[in-house]
Amino acid sequence: MKHIKTVNKANLKETAAKGGCGKCQTSCQSACKTSCTVANQKCEAVK
Amino acid sequence: MIHKYIQNDKYIVLDVCSGGVHLVDKLTYELLDYAKPPFEKVCPDEILDKMSGYDKNEVAECYDELRELYEAKMLFTDDDYAKYAKMAMKAPIKAMCLHVSHDCNLRCKYCFAQTGDFGGCRMLMTPETGKKAMDFLIENSGDRVNLEVDFFGGEPLMAWDTVVETVKYARSIEKAHNKNFRFTITTNGILLDDEKIDYINKEMSNCVLSLDGRKEINDNIRPTPSGKGSYDIIVPKFQKLVAGRGDKDYYVRGTFTKYNLDFANDVLHINELGFEQLSVEPVVTDESLPYAITEADLPAIFNEYDRLYTIMEKQTVEKDRKFNFFHFMIDLNQGPCAVKRLRGCGCGNEYVAVTPDGDIYPCHQFVGIEEWKMGNIFEGTVNQEIKDYFAGMHIYSKEGCSECWARFYCSGGCNANSFIYEGDVKKPHKLSCETQKKRIECAIALAAVKQETGE
Repeated sequence: MKHIKTVNKANLKETAAKGGCGKCQTSCQSACKTSCTVANQKCEAVK
Repeated sequence: MIHKYIQNDKYIVLDVCSGGVHLVDKLTYELLDYAKPPFEKVCPDEILDKMSGYDKNEVAECYDELRELYEAKMLFTDDDYAKYAKMAMKAPIKAMCLHVSHDCNLRCKYCFAQTGDFGGCRMLMTPETGKKAMDFLIENSGDRVNLEVDFFGGEPLMAWDTVVETVKYARSIEKAHNKNFRFTITTNGILLDDEKIDYINKEMSNCVLSLDGRKEINDNIRPTPSGKGSYDIIVPKFQKLVAGRGDKDYYVRGTFTKYNLDFANDVLHINELGFEQLSVEPVVTDESLPYAITEADLPAIFNEYDRLYTIMEKQTVEKDRKFNFFHFMIDLNQGPCAVKRLRGCGCGNEYVAVTPDGDIYPCHQFVGIEEWKMGNIFEGTVNQEIKDYFAGMHIYSKEGCSECWARFYCSGGCNANSFIYEGDVKKPHKLSCETQKKRIECAIALAAVKQETGE
């Protein structure tokens, strides 16, 4: 494409279908625990 | 739903429901004010008229590209995740915040734990209670293998024997139960010595070291009980700990308040001290307090995040990254699945806090609020009504989240902050939402730059 560059896989829907195993790290959302977003966690099912 | 924004010279379009991130040119960015589904085979005349400042052929070309992305389900994708919210059911407990100390040797002015005692008595957890908490966690963890335990306080180093004995006990039983404990610790550093540093670097998979930045900033708000500053005591100890940390995770973590809205200077200062894994975040507190951040401070805070972003972008482009900033870290490809993103932290369901006398609360921030007490580890019972309530917390059950572009990145925010400052777990804390959204914008932009530069 000339005007648009997509920088990632745009695969959130795929992860929903295969997700929910619960193996991932807990992601406290509180400011006092330095874990304020789930988005910087890793999927632990992906090896 | 899309979210478009400009970060420095980048025009960024986020397709909220596919997670797609697109860098576009100025023309496309403006065209998205008008081009929306359903897309026509050719760009409609009324859109060409609205884009009259641009060449018509260019506009039509852009329109075709947008339609192509739409048809590939990478733009304006539907939100059909509500069905996965049904998976938000009661789950085994896999993480515990272990309050080994309800006492502290600092008197930080913003402490949510009322300088360590959480509104109760100053007390330390006994080793027996720590061990019992490990038994409780194993018993309630179902088929979860990885179990996380964060030694917290107050100041956990004040209960060092309990930390050591709890870890030793957990390690002695984990294999027999097919579990893998991951220990972390959050410390203010005052009591660190060589023995503790070695132990933490051996046993703790992550450690959070509290430091607010520049000496005068830190010492003003993180004094000792006698009123002296803590900076000179803790900085050399943290440096020693990190020097021996190897490739294990750590964060030097600070809080900024109204007193240092120029907090990027504190981030840079901490980096200059030799630390590379950094986290500095806004205080969340009662807005009537003098150091509290209020809505009026948001423009200054956003400017400061932009300044920090610009520094990090430059370092990334020049392949000279000097530090990671926790809240600008995002993995656009291998992050958590959408199901996890619907639910967030899992407090009160997958995650609990245990006090020195064994009481169970949904998380450390709920500790001391009697109505949220879930039980006691010695009784071995967990209030299922409260567990059910938290199991049902997701972005579709919280006010405003299902319409927010940031919902798959913040997952509805901190339940405790919502309850304490908005009066309802289901009502997200507005100020936190605003700062969170700004950080996510910066994080996505930085991830795009990394992608482009091959970092």
